[in-house]
Amino acid sequence: MSNELDYLSRRVALGKLSRRDFLGRAAALGVTTVFANSLLSSAALAEGPVKGGTLKAGMQGGASTDSLDPATWQSQVPYKFGRQWGEQLVEIQPDGKLNPKLATEWGSSDDAKVWTFKIRKGVQFHDGKEMTPDDVVATMERHSDANSKSGALGVMGGIDNVKKDGDTVVFTLKEANADLPFLMDDYHLMIQPGGGKDKPAAGIGTGPYKVVTDEPGVRHIGTKFPNYWDGDKRGHAEQIEIIVINDATARTAALQSGQVHMINRVEPKIVDLVKRVPGVTIQNVAGKGHYVFIAHCNTAPFDNMDLRLALKYAMNREEMVKTILRGYGSVGNDTPINKAYPLFSDDMEQRKYDPDKAAFHYKKSGHDGSVLLRTSDVAFPGAIDAAQLYQQSAAKAGITIEVKREPGDGYWTQVWNKQPFSTSYWGGRPTQDQMFSTAYYSKADWNDTRFFNEKFDKLLLQARGELDEAKRKAMYRDMNVIVSDEGGVIVPMFNDFIDATSKKVGGWVPDGNQEMSGGYALSRCWLIA
Amino acid sequence: MSTPVLKLVAQRIAMGVLLLLAVSVLIFVGTQILPGDVAQSILGQSATPQALENLRRDMGLNDPAYIRYFRWLGGILTGDLGTALSSGQDIATSLKDRLWNTLFLASAAAVVSVPLAIALGLLAVRYRNGPVDKIISGLGLASTSLPEFFTGYLLIYFVAVQLQWFPSVSTVYEGMPFGERLSAIALPVTVLTLVVLAHMMRMTRAAILNVMQSAYIETAELKGLTPFQIITRHAFPNAIAPIVNVVMLNLAFLIVGVVVVEVIFVYPGMGQYLVDHVAKRDVPVVQACGLVFAAVYISLNIVADIVAIVSNPRLRHPK
Repeated sequence: MSNELDYLSRRVALGKLSRRDFLGRAAALGVTTVFANSLLSSAALAEGPVKGGTLKAGMQGGASTDSLDPATWQSQVPYKFGRQWGEQLVEIQPDGKLNPKLATEWGSSDDAKVWTFKIRKGVQFHDGKEMTPDDVVATMERHSDANSKSGALGVMGGIDNVKKDGDTVVFTLKEANADLPFLMDDYHLMIQPGGGKDKPAAGIGTGPYKVVTDEPGVRHIGTKFPNYWDGDKRGHAEQIEIIVINDATARTAALQSGQVHMINRVEPKIVDLVKRVPGVTIQNVAGKGHYVFIAHCNTAPFDNMDLRLALKYAMNREEMVKTILRGYGSVGNDTPINKAYPLFSDDMEQRKYDPDKAAFHYKKSGHDGSVLLRTSDVAFPGAIDAAQLYQQSAAKAGITIEVKREPGDGYWTQVWNKQPFSTSYWGGRPTQDQMFSTAYYSKADWNDTRFFNEKFDKLLLQARGELDEAKRKAMYRDMNVIVSDEGGVIVPMFNDFIDATSKKVGGWVPDGNQEMSGGYALSRCWLIA
Repeated sequence: MSTPVLKLVAQRIAMGVLLLLAVSVLIFVGTQILPGDVAQSILGQSATPQALENLRRDMGLNDPAYIRYFRWLGGILTGDLGTALSSGQDIATSLKDRLWNTLFLASAAAVVSVPLAIALGLLAVRYRNGPVDKIISGLGLASTSLPEFFTGYLLIYFVAVQLQWFPSVSTVYEGMPFGERLSAIALPVTVLTLVVLAHMMRMTRAAILNVMQSAYIETAELKGLTPFQIITRHAFPNAIAPIVNVVMLNLAFLIVGVVVVEVIFVYPGMGQYLVDHVAKRDVPVVQACGLVFAAVYISLNIVADIVAIVSNPRLRHPK
């Protein structure tokens, strides 16, 4: 049987048998559709990339205000386009490990305070100039300049100085950081000629595609850069195009009618409908993004740990995943970290919906009256519904939650990180250290739960300087337990990234670091002839 | 042309310019009251206090409002709309492309809908209160009552996805062959036509019927003209003013009110451009767009007024 399936799947990869026929015959052989589909993609991978053609993506997250300057990127389209024309020193793999990119190797001093990156030789920028360690230093300087408006300013904050030393670039840090190489994957840190100091938005990088058309909010086109250093692995299509389609229905229609080959952000509500469309494959992958209910640990009534525990036990996580995410996600455990992170310990006890425990802690807290929760439809998709579900599950424990719907306009400036109890989301960070440093360290700008825990802070700084992985893993476990038990964050669910591809796309790699195959879909995939 | 008409026309134009100035003040004041801060909006959730401070200083957001108003007005008069705060691009350049796209879509829709609406209106009057009139009115009202996103999605589903006659994504770009461009906008033009058709058609019908009550129509009937001759030679010319008014109103809608259609069909027009910049609190762009929209509205209305004046024989040939 398996021989026949192998044969059939190779026929599909060669384009001699339609996907539908294949699935039909596979079913006749008693194979489930899921398994048959996975066979197909491995067959397509095994056949090897097909070169040429124009690969098109329809994507949400672009606006006419976008720019090619990496320092300004924050939405999906400019940043995903950037991943095709620019490159960083390193690249995070789907398994969470680092791959060399413009740096070939790296290492640190014993105290993790001085990091040395060896810069790759023979890499050309799109304007024909050779990439040098000077360009790397200048790029880092631009993004760490206190006057810069770079989105990477926070990441660069811990770096004291960056210097060239022959073929290498040396980073000297203010405090030890074992995770520094991971920070170099940040999408703002594209290496640009001269660091992009003169022309930040020139769109010249070292990536597999060079920018030919850049119409913000409309479309972005790149053509293959013939002198790309890693040409066998990336950049199979002759041309790539991102068409900005912010409307979910229009995006799905464009995929169905064959105007684009892949789309991002298929709404959980319609995934099951899209799945039934012939020739369309849903590509969903568990990621680090999560939805949160945040309470300020230093503001009454949430300064009471029993009340926070009561609110945590009153959350029905399974129901949230089922209703809000339609199953395309996983339950959270009141900490921002899940198994998608390196050095995660999966032996932590999972907190469950328990109205009795919730009622017990609620009573113990001595709180009286209702709890005001502010939410908005921009907090995360389905946030209003989630707040109402929470209201109901909490009511069963005798806790009255009053849901206040705030306008989406100004939610991030007036409500989030200002009001004591609200809903929000996090996109996740490459490492646990980064996630914790961004939002749970007592001195963080975005400590949106007002979490001031000495033991946690001490562990965070200790783990940062610890180069022994086993010890770090244990420290991170302790920190996760502290946040889960004592913190102000309720994490009901981690959402999957849900993309969709047409049958013409080969070489899709599930990559939970970001949507669209970690952001690399357009240069990783090819058009099946 | 006689002096009273010229005087009237000149008055209308002068009024229009004054109105535009008043609107410019309103737009400026309005954008000042908007909640939120430009710098905060640009940096979004990833803003650090330091980056915010730097950005605010760079943008000169600390000058008093009236100074910024006159600086802005002076720029517009010299054709300089400034640069977009969010992307640093020249507003006049990017606005020009978007405005051109919008005008292209609007004129295509107008070329289809205006003659169609007037012809249907005339037809409805000719066979008034009969089945033809009722069918025309009924279908027209039905197409107007359906929200445009609904008609849009229906067309996408049947025409683009099932039949694959026209693309569902109407992205147009510079250097696109004219034929392809027309094919790309076929669906949005259809939706827009369906939206504006009934209004113009019904107004044409009503305006002509109004004239049909006049004594001179009875005279025309008595001297033996055919019903269609009466409508085209006597009723229609006298109903031009109200018809032009409603046509201009709908043309203005086609230019300034099509953001939903633009989003559904991914058409790079002014509406989407404005919405993007409102979301980013990109005040200079919002002000420029607002002014362009106001200018379009005001000038189309001036045109309607002038046509009304010129087409009125009592004004053209004063006693």
